[in-house]
Amino acid sequence: MATYSTSEFRGGLKIMLDNDPCAIIENEFVKPGKGQAFNRVKIRNLKTGRVIERTFKSGETLESADVVDTDMQYLYNDGEYRHFMKSDTFEQYQADEKAVGDAAKWLKDQDMCTVTLWNDAPLAVTPANFVELEIVETDPGVRGDTSGGGGKPAKLVTGAVVRVPLFVQTGEIIKVDTRTGEYISRVKE
Amino acid sequence: MEDWQPNCSIELMRLRAQMLQTIRRFFAEKNVLEVETPLLCSATGTDPNLDFFATEWRMPHMRQTLFLQTSPEFAMKRLLAAGSGSIYQICKAFRNGETGRFHNPEFTMLEWYRVGFDLDQLMAETGELMTALFAGIRPLTATQSISYQDLFQTATGLNPLIFSLPDYTVYAQRCGLADADRVCGGNHADWLDLIFSIRIQPNMTQGVLYMVYGYPACMSSLARINAENPLITDRVELFFDGVELGNGYYELTDAQEQEQRFDREIAERAINNQARVNKDQRLLAALNTGLPDCSGIAIGLDRLLMILSDSPAIANVLSFSIRRA
Repeated sequence: MATYSTSEFRGGLKIMLDNDPCAIIENEFVKPGKGQAFNRVKIRNLKTGRVIERTFKSGETLESADVVDTDMQYLYNDGEYRHFMKSDTFEQYQADEKAVGDAAKWLKDQDMCTVTLWNDAPLAVTPANFVELEIVETDPGVRGDTSGGGGKPAKLVTGAVVRVPLFVQTGEIIKVDTRTGEYISRVKE
Repeated sequence: MEDWQPNCSIELMRLRAQMLQTIRRFFAEKNVLEVETPLLCSATGTDPNLDFFATEWRMPHMRQTLFLQTSPEFAMKRLLAAGSGSIYQICKAFRNGETGRFHNPEFTMLEWYRVGFDLDQLMAETGELMTALFAGIRPLTATQSISYQDLFQTATGLNPLIFSLPDYTVYAQRCGLADADRVCGGNHADWLDLIFSIRIQPNMTQGVLYMVYGYPACMSSLARINAENPLITDRVELFFDGVELGNGYYELTDAQEQEQRFDREIAERAINNQARVNKDQRLLAALNTGLPDCSGIAIGLDRLLMILSDSPAIANVLSFSIRRA
C-alpha cells in the first residue's frame, strides 16, 4: 500500500489513521524560524464522520486508505440492509444502517447516490445534492398565501421532515437540497 | 497555461516598493549603512532545524560546493568584525523544505546590526521602524514587550525554563495535543515550539506588535546568555496577529562559545542523519579577531507585507511563489 508524507497531505486525500479510514481536510505547515517543523492537520474520520486535529512531525508518513467514491443506484431496503448497484457493472452492495447514516432519510428507490467504498465495502452513503420527493403529510395551508415567511413542516415519502411554504400540499413533489435539508421548489409533474 | 501570471496584484507590488523605500529612508536618517553580501556561500549555518539549498561552483579542474544562504548573518558579522559600524541589508534568504501558508523557500529578509546597542535599545528601534512601516497603511494598536516566561506561564501554567516532561504531557493531553509526546519526545525546545505555535500565537491580541524577549536558554541559537539569569538568553521574537515576523539577538561575541554551539549542532545533525555541514571558519576567525558589542535582528519582509495588506497567504504577496517560479 502506498504511503504519503506530510508534504503530500492535501484536502481529499484518504489515509489510514489509528486503523480507521480518514480524509485530510486541511494541512498547515508550521515552523518557527529557529524551531522544528511540524504539520497541523484537520482530518475527518470516515467511519464516524468526526473531525479531529492532529499534529505530525514534518516528514512523517501515513498509509493510504483504499477508499473510493462510487456512483450507485439505490435499490431497496430489506429491513436490515439497504442495497445499491453500480449502474455500469450491475455489481450490488449492501450497506447497514451505520454506513447509510443520515442519508437514509433522502433515499428513494431507483435514485442515484454516492457510496463510499472502503476495501470494497460500503463505508458511507451520500445522497445526491438535490432530490425530488413526494409530500405524504402536511397541514393544509391557507389558500392564496404565497409568501415565503414562516412555512410549515412537511413529511416526505422517505421519512424526512422539511419546512415548506404554506401553499405546498400533501401529494405534491418538491425539490430539496440534502446538504442543508432546505426546500427549493415545487416540481411540476 | 495560466500560471505565467504573477501571484500578487499590481497594488501589492506598489506596497512592497513603498515598504522598501520606508526602510531605506529610516536607516539613511540613522546613518546605518546599507550593505550587500554574497547569496552563494562556502559555508552555511549548522542549525539542525534549517535545511539549505546546495549547488556546485565549477571551473576547469575545480569543483566546490556552495550554499545559498539561509540568512546573511555570518557575512554581516564578518563586516562588523572588519569595522563596518552599524549596517543593514535587504536580501533574499533560502530555506529548503519550507513551503506553506507562511513559508516560501525563497524569501526576502531585512537584517540589521547596531553596534553598541543592547537588546532593549534594539527593541526600541524595531518598534520605531514598525510604526513607520504601518503608518497610513494599517493601524498598529500597541506594542507590547513581554518576557517569554510571563507569556508562556500565563497562557499554560507551565514553566518554560524548567523542563518537566510529566507536567508538559498532562497539559498537552488536557488541551487535545496528544501527539505532542510522539512529535517532541524528550526535546525541551520542540515542546516549547509546539505549545507556543498552537496555544499561544493564535491567541495573541490582533493589531498588537508583540516583542517577546528572554527566550529559554535551550533556544539560544546565536544569542548571548543573559548576564543575570543563565536560564534565559538575550533573544527577542516579533509577532503580529500571531504571525512570527522577526528574530533578534544581543549577539554572541565569544568565538569559543560559538564554536562549541556549532559542534553541538553538527553532532545533532549527525544523529539525525542530516546533511553534513562544516562550521564557518571565516566567521570563527572574525569572532576571534573581535566582533564589536552589538545587537541584530532579522525581519521577514514578505510576512510583514502579508500583515500590512491583510493577505491570507505568503503567495498572495509574492510576484511569483515557488510553484510559479
